[in-house]
Amino acid sequence: MPGDSTRMSSYARSVMSVFLKDWRSELRTRYAMNALLMFVVTTIAIVLFSLGSEGAPSDALSGMLWTVIFFSAMSGLSRTFVMEEERGTTFTLQLLAPPSAVFFGKLLFNLVLVLGLNAVTILLYLALITGFVIQTLSIFLVAVLLGSLGFAAAATVIAAIIARANTRGTLYPVLSFPVLLPLLLTVINATRLASEGAYFQEAYGEFQILISYIVVVVVVSSMLFEYIWKD
Amino acid sequence: MTNALTLSGKGLGKSFNGRAVFHDVSFSVEEHQTLLITGHNGSGKSTLMKIICQVLTPSAGHVQVGRADSAGDGGRDLFGFVSPYLQMFEEFSAMENLAVAMGIRGRQWNKREAAALLERVGLDPDRDEPVRTYSSGMKQRVKYAFALLHHPPVLLLDEPAANLDAEGVSAVRSIMAAQRKAGILVVATNDPGDVDTPDVMVDLDARR
Amino acid sequence: MAWKIFMGVLLTLVIVLGIGLPMSPHPQTWYELPVIPGLEEKARIIFFHVPTAWLSTLAFLTSMAYAIQYLRKRDPLDDIKSSAAAGLGFVFCVLATLTGAVWAKFNWGSYWNWDPRETSIFVLLLIYGAYFSLRSAVEQEEKRAALSSVYSIIAAVTAPFFIFIMPRIMTGLHPGAKGDPNGAGPVVEFKMAPPMRVIFFASLIGFTLLFIWMFRLRVRTAQLEQAHHAKG
Repeated sequence: MPGDSTRMSSYARSVMSVFLKDWRSELRTRYAMNALLMFVVTTIAIVLFSLGSEGAPSDALSGMLWTVIFFSAMSGLSRTFVMEEERGTTFTLQLLAPPSAVFFGKLLFNLVLVLGLNAVTILLYLALITGFVIQTLSIFLVAVLLGSLGFAAAATVIAAIIARANTRGTLYPVLSFPVLLPLLLTVINATRLASEGAYFQEAYGEFQILISYIVVVVVVSSMLFEYIWKD
Repeated sequence: MTNALTLSGKGLGKSFNGRAVFHDVSFSVEEHQTLLITGHNGSGKSTLMKIICQVLTPSAGHVQVGRADSAGDGGRDLFGFVSPYLQMFEEFSAMENLAVAMGIRGRQWNKREAAALLERVGLDPDRDEPVRTYSSGMKQRVKYAFALLHHPPVLLLDEPAANLDAEGVSAVRSIMAAQRKAGILVVATNDPGDVDTPDVMVDLDARR
Repeated sequence: MAWKIFMGVLLTLVIVLGIGLPMSPHPQTWYELPVIPGLEEKARIIFFHVPTAWLSTLAFLTSMAYAIQYLRKRDPLDDIKSSAAAGLGFVFCVLATLTGAVWAKFNWGSYWNWDPRETSIFVLLLIYGAYFSLRSAVEQEEKRAALSSVYSIIAAVTAPFFIFIMPRIMTGLHPGAKGDPNGAGPVVEFKMAPPMRVIFFASLIGFTLLFIWMFRLRVRTAQLEQAHHAKG
């Protein structure tokens, strides 16, 4: 039906416009980017200091990589919703777009941030931490891509929740950690497999878990977002 | 009158923390009519306005809006909204704000029409500074352009004259007159001088 | 009323018999519990530890069910029920963690081993903690109810992933874990002597009734509190 296709393209335009609004606003203010970058640099520095000249086993290093990513992400990914709430533009967006379009636009924005954050963190980590070597690049790349998508999805819906609460700062990691832990444990395991040189097939189980996690979190979040977003 | 636009509310109530702000509010207006909502500060005028434009879910009752032949057409694009608590995206210029709004509505963007509208509310369309640098009166004018750009059949004005000078107020009067020709006008105010001849009135002080 | 008396009798019997019945290597009479090599008297924990762990999960699911109900109907009573179930779940979760940790110290040598079930109950504790932090951070009641309902549903749909993840990462110490000679899986088929089995299931039923009773009490006090606030 032609009516359906115009409605679809109008919805897609809504989603893209929410994303572009945040993206252009971020390029002008750099709030989230600066916070993320500073967190990555400081946490990697702490890891370097604590390791000193000694190495660490590959599973410890894989775990630490994702610890750095988790806490850095927690410093910046809530901005997209907290900014709207602080400036009073939540109501403006409510007037303009259906809740799910806002959710997917914000999800897209956080996905771009997470991918950028992960790229920077991983490059720095590989360059600075000598004991950390990726032997099976294919496992690592798939795990990082799937991990980023799942991470962005869960972080976006939790950000939407905490933005509507009165105290936000510490609440974000507290609420995110139990929800993100299944994802973190799985990507850490996949990273360990990649650094130990496992065959690509050996990580199939991890990929299955990551894909189902993404599907579950995206579907459930987009269904529940309306209840977070509308008063 | 078979295809007339109507806006009605039946038994509307809203409570926060278990306390009712107002209860059992009903009204019905048709095309070319004005609905006036009055009440002292804190009587829930803004709450009722948000319920009418379907941003806020009422605790009781329901709102119906649309044309007689298209039941259930309660989309966001039916409404334009102006109020002191509505905030623009302040890091963007007035023109950018309008472009962002139309984009998020999923609508086509027509720059020439937007420029004409900004001139109509007394703003310079070529002004590039972000809205953050505008005076409160100028911000109020941007909000009028923001509310009118998609030609809403229902225009909601919460304290229409807030922050405006005499020139702004007369611009608002002509906007209100034009809206009564085009559709439905809803005004919430404490100042009865804001609206000349309301067709339907809701006094929230009587609905506590 | 009758069911409360039944529950009292049942739980008294479970406590008295669970702790009091003698154990012998070759049980001769119905009231002697068999000795399980390597566990001996420590086996009695199963009558108390497993029901508390079972209740912390049951309470979590109850809380989620009322959360869904709240979002559908917006009845404040459903939010009261959801948070009451979560509160009880938290208490039982702490009890299960403590009884488990003390027992693990004597049987496995340390209080905490990050075995899959220990990790799962730790995550459950974190979820409960996060849920109550969120509730205390939102003042407006309708908003608090909606946000905490959404959070408990999101936590409930992501938590089951641990069932699939844990066995891949570590071997377990609990029955039913990877490497258990009796077979691995989330549901454990207990190989228990008849008298033990009777006490065990009596305990499960008794604790579940206790949960229902405490749940109803909490809901009623919360309702009275709210009515009091609305008046004052």
